Amino acid sequence: MANITQSSSSHPRSAEGNPFTRFLRATEIDTRLLGMVAALLVIWIGFHLYTGGLFLTPRNLWNLSVQTTEIAVLATGMVLVIVTRNIDLSIGSMLGLVAMIMGVVQAKFLPQYLGFDNSWTWLITLICGLIAGTLIGLFQGVIIAFLGVPSFIVTLGGFLAWRGLAWYVTSGQTVAPLDTTFRIMGGGAEGSVGATWSWIIGLIACVLIIVGIISSRHQRKRFNFPRRPLWAEYFLVVLGCALVLGAIWVSTIYYWPVAIAKKYAEANAIAWPETGLFISYGIAVPVLIAVLVGIVMTFIATRLRFGRYVFAIGGNPEAAELAGIKTRWVTVRIFALMGFLAAVAAAISTARLNAAANSQGTTYELYTIAAAVIGGTSLAGGTGTIAGAMLGALVMQSLQSGMGLANVDTPIQNVVVGAVLVVAVWLDTVYRSRSK
Amino acid sequence: MTDQRTSPSPNTPLVELKNISISFGGIHAVDNASVDLYPGEVVALLGHNGAGKSTLIKILSGAYKRDSGEIMIDGEPADIKNPRDAKKYGIETIYQTLAVADNVDAAANLYLGREIRTKWGTLDDVAMEASTREVMGRLNPNFRRFKEPVKALSGGQRQSVAIARAILFNARILIMDEPTAALGPQETAQVGELIKQLKKEGIGIFLISHDIHDVFDLADRVSVMKNGQVVGHARTEDVTKDEVLGMIILGKVPPKAIPGPGAMQV
Repeated sequence: MANITQSSSSHPRSAEGNPFTRFLRATEIDTRLLGMVAALLVIWIGFHLYTGGLFLTPRNLWNLSVQTTEIAVLATGMVLVIVTRNIDLSIGSMLGLVAMIMGVVQAKFLPQYLGFDNSWTWLITLICGLIAGTLIGLFQGVIIAFLGVPSFIVTLGGFLAWRGLAWYVTSGQTVAPLDTTFRIMGGGAEGSVGATWSWIIGLIACVLIIVGIISSRHQRKRFNFPRRPLWAEYFLVVLGCALVLGAIWVSTIYYWPVAIAKKYAEANAIAWPETGLFISYGIAVPVLIAVLVGIVMTFIATRLRFGRYVFAIGGNPEAAELAGIKTRWVTVRIFALMGFLAAVAAAISTARLNAAANSQGTTYELYTIAAAVIGGTSLAGGTGTIAGAMLGALVMQSLQSGMGLANVDTPIQNVVVGAVLVVAVWLDTVYRSRSK
Repeated sequence: MTDQRTSPSPNTPLVELKNISISFGGIHAVDNASVDLYPGEVVALLGHNGAGKSTLIKILSGAYKRDSGEIMIDGEPADIKNPRDAKKYGIETIYQTLAVADNVDAAANLYLGREIRTKWGTLDDVAMEASTREVMGRLNPNFRRFKEPVKALSGGQRQSVAIARAILFNARILIMDEPTAALGPQETAQVGELIKQLKKEGIGIFLISHDIHDVFDLADRVSVMKNGQVVGHARTEDVTKDEVLGMIILGKVPPKAIPGPGAMQV
């Protein structure tokens, strides 16, 4: 490592290595992230060939995107928890309790005052759920930070306690059906934004990508820092926009099933055309929520002081304390944030099921931890990215979805997911020890 | 950064630790210890491992809370309860263990706890990197790895990050706990040069070591501790290395030194 640096100080950076490493250095693409994308492509193409063309269809990809959202949302928070050398085993149970609270608020409590299908019901329900989740997380965080009980124990207690309380909310009864507006958060035909809005969102995203890259280049120019070569900037713009627009295109060529389209045509007095009515799903609302959560969490982790402290504590808790960081408060805030995200996932989950059950979110804590770890979060603390964890969630869900399409028995599915987790972490360990 | 001579008069010590005691579970780690430090002066705190020098200095830097005693800064009592309070008085510490966060880059470490923020409240990484490049350019012109996590750096480079971190915020009182323990001879010499430069700027430095050879050239005075007590103080020009060794090992105070409560009774 030392040799490389010395030589790089005397030669221009781009002069070394083979074309591929030079390309990676110029574009500053994370090799770990690239490896995950490669693994994802292998899984997708592999299942596509194995199932005889069932996997890479607009329908399956659209479903995959919706199924990934809950774990992806949870994983963004789990990254921060694990980065500070903590763990949260309670999120599945927290999700179950918050789901029950939201179910009761919208289906039993609010209708007494507002009537059924009031346009405010969904918002009041959501706010109640988010507050409940945040408070539960805050409570656990205070015990961990100020009473000094290890997070493993506190959240293991929470794992049992919150699930038990979820049962008590309605003595174990499932709450259904839910408010129609609330259900938009769960996806489906009604919970998608349609083709026009999907393209508008896509174009806004592309503009933001371009503005982001230009302004970062501008900043570095102002202080005379080394910059990426121009071709690399163009490449990143094209790649980012292509990915966004590609995903949107796939979502717009998945059309409503005939039965739903017919009902919609009747309700809106549209004449049924001979060729059939093609209404695009477009991007699903839960996917938009997950992407938004991912962007906000990345912003928190990389652009705010709080995020900087989270990583500093993970790297060296003593140094962080000596630098004057209020490490306990940071811990409390991380767990409160995790509770908030569990409530977001609970909202998506109940809306998708159109019901609140006390078993909701069972084993989610394990899938979330697995997603974060597959996404490059180190259990030793200090390293991890939000994008990696979300991609990890997509990898896990792709495996499960693919095995479902390939008619693999459920018990075997668990065996495969377990094995993939271990192999992924092993490969990561090898990668890390090489890069030192 | 250049002119730090703000103390009321040259006769007022910059720092005065008076009768400091602290015990951990019945063991008197520091027992009634008093030391002082004047602007532009280097005072070496010497003693065996476990003599209490690191503990005493951690009380000054706010890492430990004293059981009794007083801390005076510029002749006025100072209220230091945690590292944040100490920083308000311009006290900066470079720890033996190189208290840096390994997983983030040099700029993030330099500004840890005191980040520069943009008008929207977000981290201004570019501004932080710019001033890091400037400070590191002064301290260690060979330093170029601004974008890499600190764990990828050599011991000397990490040490220069730790020192840059301390002087970046206009320290008036610098505590260096075994600053050269992890370094090779060339890097040790670099740190020595740096200490002389900081001295010229009027910064008072507490240098902690258990190796007298390390500090004899740099220090103006030595204070020796043994079993939590101060054996005595002496100007380095008044004593020989052997006499100081006698203070460290036996607690025997040479004639030109001022004995403390821990001095050997004869």
